[in-house]
Amino acid sequence: MISFTLNGQAVSVDAEPDMPLLWVLRDELDMTGTKYGCGIAQCGACTVHLDGVAERSCQTPLAAVEGREVTTIEGLGSPEAPHPVQAAWIENQVVQCGYCQSGQIMQAASLLQEIPAPSDEDIDDFMGGNLCRCGTYPKIREAVKAAATKMRGD
Amino acid sequence: MSLAGTIARRTFLIGSTAIAGGVAFGVYTVKKPHPNPLLDDLAEGEASINPWVKISSDGIILIAPHADVGQGARSMQAALIAEEMDLEWGQFDVDPGEAAPAYYNRALGEEAAPYLSTDNSFRANATRRVFATLFKLLGLQVTGGSSTAPDSFDKLRLAGAVARETLKKAAAKQTGVAVEDLKTANGAVILPDGTKINYTDLAATAAEISPVRNVKLREPGEWRFIGRPMQRLDIVPKSTGRLKYGIDLKVDGMVRAALRTNPRQGGEMLSYDASAAEGMPGVQKVVELSNGVAVIADNTWRAFNAVDAVECEWGPAPYPAEMDAHWQAVADSFSEEHLDNEWRNEGDIIAALDGGDVVEAEYKAPYLAHAPLEPLAAIVKVGDGRVDIWAGHQIPGFAELRVAAITGVDAENVHLHNQYSGGSFGHRLEFEFIDRAAEIAVQMKGVPVKLTYKREEDFVHDFPRQITMGRGRGTVRDGRVEAYNLEIASVSVPDSQRGRLGQSSPGPDTQIAAGAWNIPYDIPNLRVAAYKTPPLVPVSSWRSVGASSAGFFADCFLDELIHAAGADPLEERIRMCKHEIPRKVLEAVGEMSNWGSDLGPNRGRGVAFVESFGVSTAEVVEVTNTPQGITIDKVYVAADVGRIIDPVNFDNHVKGAVVWGLGHAMNCEITYSDGMAEQDNFHVFEGMRIYQCPEIMVRGLENEQRVRGIGEPPVPPAPPALANAIFAATGQRLREMPFNKFVDFA
Repeated sequence: MISFTLNGQAVSVDAEPDMPLLWVLRDELDMTGTKYGCGIAQCGACTVHLDGVAERSCQTPLAAVEGREVTTIEGLGSPEAPHPVQAAWIENQVVQCGYCQSGQIMQAASLLQEIPAPSDEDIDDFMGGNLCRCGTYPKIREAVKAAATKMRGD
Repeated sequence: MSLAGTIARRTFLIGSTAIAGGVAFGVYTVKKPHPNPLLDDLAEGEASINPWVKISSDGIILIAPHADVGQGARSMQAALIAEEMDLEWGQFDVDPGEAAPAYYNRALGEEAAPYLSTDNSFRANATRRVFATLFKLLGLQVTGGSSTAPDSFDKLRLAGAVARETLKKAAAKQTGVAVEDLKTANGAVILPDGTKINYTDLAATAAEISPVRNVKLREPGEWRFIGRPMQRLDIVPKSTGRLKYGIDLKVDGMVRAALRTNPRQGGEMLSYDASAAEGMPGVQKVVELSNGVAVIADNTWRAFNAVDAVECEWGPAPYPAEMDAHWQAVADSFSEEHLDNEWRNEGDIIAALDGGDVVEAEYKAPYLAHAPLEPLAAIVKVGDGRVDIWAGHQIPGFAELRVAAITGVDAENVHLHNQYSGGSFGHRLEFEFIDRAAEIAVQMKGVPVKLTYKREEDFVHDFPRQITMGRGRGTVRDGRVEAYNLEIASVSVPDSQRGRLGQSSPGPDTQIAAGAWNIPYDIPNLRVAAYKTPPLVPVSSWRSVGASSAGFFADCFLDELIHAAGADPLEERIRMCKHEIPRKVLEAVGEMSNWGSDLGPNRGRGVAFVESFGVSTAEVVEVTNTPQGITIDKVYVAADVGRIIDPVNFDNHVKGAVVWGLGHAMNCEITYSDGMAEQDNFHVFEGMRIYQCPEIMVRGLENEQRVRGIGEPPVPPAPPALANAIFAATGQRLREMPFNKFVDFA
């Protein structure tokens, strides 16, 4: 049994210690907001926060989250009370197919935690591992900047 | 010949499609509408005014039969109905509905007619009507070919208007007030005294009356949604992780499956040993498939691991094992025997190329994977005399027919519940994943089985974009292009796709030279010919299909000739352009990009124009040659779709299509070795990353008469505009994709 905090709630999972967190979330806990895209940390669709920092859940074994805080897209915000990054994504209509966007949003939220006023270069560097096949990159840049402005209260 | 006679004769041409469509000719008359599938299971008090509108006292459901693969189709279809029905956002639910002939695609039928989009002659329009009629007779419900907007624009507004007028008729019956005195707004009929009767309170009465037939559509000045920014219905659930894609669904009692099939597409499985897999954690069963094995487990990851532990012996590929032989086969098909069609032959090309200084160039476009980010997945449950399928698919009716054949259940009892898809780009026109899920489920009767493809399986079992070569020969005289002869050889996408459905493809392949045969230029001696390469790897429609390769060849070769003539690339295209719509698009992109202004050292700009799916699209790309490699700085796009339904979604589509076109041109290809695709994940098939993404400026024009779709048309001009820009910056011509074989990108 491995215990951790998921979106503020204590959970215990009885599974192999090497099962990737991605599949623990999706198949053991029915939390499907975190997406399977490549399984080899090349697309970023599975990005979650571990103790507040963006990590690829497809490369995170269950054993590694023992006692830690995991936040997924479902825990970041809700349709009724979206996180400022989610609100910026909605306002700027970033998504097309949307499948990569859970990961993009988790990555962007982590970026703004670290760099509250990111430059274009900061955004490109930090978001470079998150693939979007629909090509929403221009809108992602706009939304990250909008969220940053809002979060700083400028 | 009578219209019916004409149709019968034309029908013969694609008669095999009729059989696969499951509809015998002669059953339907041309004018008779297909039955409304919503009437099949109406509850007491529910009304369905037509196949797109269902009303009960509980609420209003609008049916959006074009599959939403990320392009916002569900939202746009709902907006067109709601526009005429006087519904507001939030007053209705949207459902993809079930597969039915009533949802046949008229626009795709029209597009299948081999005429230039600028040709509005009687003959061209008559042929378009014939093709559209055929799709109706076949009940062919398809999402693809950028046809959702053109197919839906009139049809769904009409459906909304009929619903509105019928609800007024119901209100008149219920209240005794004359129809002429009734108005509608905000989901209600309004009486002269201001009393509002919600549509939902009129359902029972509407169910008892016949729908109103003659209705008038709103004038553009009265539109509330069309032409204005709309918030897509899926934006909030997709931005908060709440939207369930096909891969996310869970059905009661469901088990999870993974598969391995012969990585040599179409090859057989000779033998397998599953003994190591059978004892692994969570594994419930190993089942044999027609060309591989599947493991059923309680968790997808456990199923993935177990299926990897199965030892399989695979048979050879039914195509050449190595890549060189594929290219050789394409090169060998530039011959009279393989000539598929001579699309253009104007002036005297033979005489014009005889003697003078001939400019020659050879171009190549590789196989490419679709690789939408959501890997293929499908849930199938084979019950007692009924099969349910939960998956995203672009031809749901055909998928049902195939599953009926696999499971032995009557097609009318096979139900595909269409799902939101995490991208497609043509991937979900193929049936393989649903077939395999059905093969597994039929061995697990009564248990819903979710089959999830590993990303590697998804890549290796993709039906890639066509492999293609172009050969250009041309001359220039007095600063102008004098002769242009472009020959294109390619495997046939329509032949391959229809072949898998047991159909033949009569007539010329309209895709081999798509984007090339319809160049709008007045060149004194012009020839465009298509050669069909015998089948190699099975191929499929990849976002913009033939134009993704032929458009690259056509525009790059023109750019080479214009350069040889010493003319300006944009000004010369405009001068040669003999049609108003494409010319205005070229002029627009010139103005947007401030064409002709000085870019400074190590920089260059290129222009390209390709018309595909009836949409004239021009793009200007600006690049810089840096010590780290080429950077793509800015892209300007002008496109004419006749009518922009939602400017936000239009802008998103164009930008996304440019990223798609540029990203694959930069660094993507699928190659085969030992009969297997060598690229099986995104580390070797990367596309564009955010740090490589240019600033993209978009302008939509509305001069075209017909409403067109924008999902694909901005893809084809992107690679040639990039190649032409790199030439301007470096002097190096790029004639083969991907370009990173020859230059570095920063």
